[in-house]
Amino acid sequence: MRNVFLFIRRYAVFILFLILQGISLSMLFSSNRFHNTFFGMVSGEVSGDINRRVNNIEEYFTLSVENKRLREQNAFLLSRIPSGVMSPDSLTEMVTDTAYIDSVKQYLQFQYLSAKIISNSVFLQQNYLTLHRGSKQGVESNMAVVGTDGIIGTVVGVSDNMSLVMSLLHKQSKVIALLKKGSGLGEITWDGKNPQYLLLKKIPKTVVVKKGDEVVTSPYSDKFPPGSRIGWIEEVKQDQETNTYILKVKTAVDFSNVQHAFIVKNQLGEEMEAIQSKQIKE
Amino acid sequence: MNVVIRNIIRIAFVLFFQVFIVTKIPPLHQFIVPYFYFILILWLPFRITRINLLFLGFTIGMVVDWFFKTPGLHAAASLLIAYFRPYVVNLLLPKEATEWGNEEPNSKTMGSVPYVIYIIILTLLHHFYLIFLEWLQFGSFLFFIGKLLATGMVSLLLIMIADLFFNKKSRSR
Repeated sequence: MRNVFLFIRRYAVFILFLILQGISLSMLFSSNRFHNTFFGMVSGEVSGDINRRVNNIEEYFTLSVENKRLREQNAFLLSRIPSGVMSPDSLTEMVTDTAYIDSVKQYLQFQYLSAKIISNSVFLQQNYLTLHRGSKQGVESNMAVVGTDGIIGTVVGVSDNMSLVMSLLHKQSKVIALLKKGSGLGEITWDGKNPQYLLLKKIPKTVVVKKGDEVVTSPYSDKFPPGSRIGWIEEVKQDQETNTYILKVKTAVDFSNVQHAFIVKNQLGEEMEAIQSKQIKE
Repeated sequence: MNVVIRNIIRIAFVLFFQVFIVTKIPPLHQFIVPYFYFILILWLPFRITRINLLFLGFTIGMVVDWFFKTPGLHAAASLLIAYFRPYVVNLLLPKEATEWGNEEPNSKTMGSVPYVIYIIILTLLHHFYLIFLEWLQFGSFLFFIGKLLATGMVSLLLIMIADLFFNKKSRSR
């Protein structure tokens, strides 16, 4: 017994080192499950508060860019208001954002919640953003986050007033995407290298793909509004092993310089999830 | 100034710079991540006990993790250099830890060549482990080596600037 204590005393530093190293490594390698708790604790609120204060100052540096972005979006939205649109036949008028109950009554499928981005990173392998909106404002896990230029990511953790967003620049982020001109369903991932480029995989070689083609979210996604912009194809590469392309996509959003975002709530999301999981069970 | 107060002020200052200013700069290249927060561990006084050094290293790493939302990544790396720091100091200086007063490692107390070697060894060790952990999860070997070298260079540059800033008094004397 004495020897045991002597041993512990002699190697106390090394043992402590191993214990702390074990704690940090287990946190690192279980971070998927861990994230919600790590962030959901008080820590999320505290670091969020500091981030918010710093961001208040930081915002002044990007005011002009943000202003331009808003003007552009305003122009785009103004051109879509009903008074500017003439439909040849009232029966064939389509509004993409709405789901029909019957031909007369319609309701909003996607609800947008404006949020300020208070912290952001692009240089890590797993990048997250923090938004200043949380469960008290109605944010839930697994909601989509879009910016004025294109989609940004998915909510993965929520505390009272803050929410944590897994950005597209995350090794585990996966979004189903579509070429805007039509066919070609693929998957957007990130290879962890350049924050300006994403990878689009699983598009079969039978589809004709050109540089400059626009990539948008697919209508099959249960959270992103269909047709939201993701980026443009920058480079077309053939995958030797499979019958698909590996496409390099330039992001529409400048991730190093985003300030505002919209959290998107899909009103039909739960229903879609329920029916899909039911089918899997059967 | 009291050693404890000086270190606390320095820790707050450097962490603020690391989290809110240096890493907010749009990245110059995919390989470059401007890390320099670990200089805090290298600058702790010689006399600090090894147990305290480990705890401080772990805490500083955790705070950085907290802001970067990478639970454990930076904590593991800064813990590693906190563990190896006494060995490197013993290697470079033939003096017992108890013989030192409240002096801290800088070019004056260590001599400029040992100091530079000390910084380079521990910087490379920190980056090697940090990028190795990232690489375990994903990435390629070329990416690993490139990132190690580029990030190491940028870190050394940043440490040089930080050194001029914080240890100015001891130099001009």
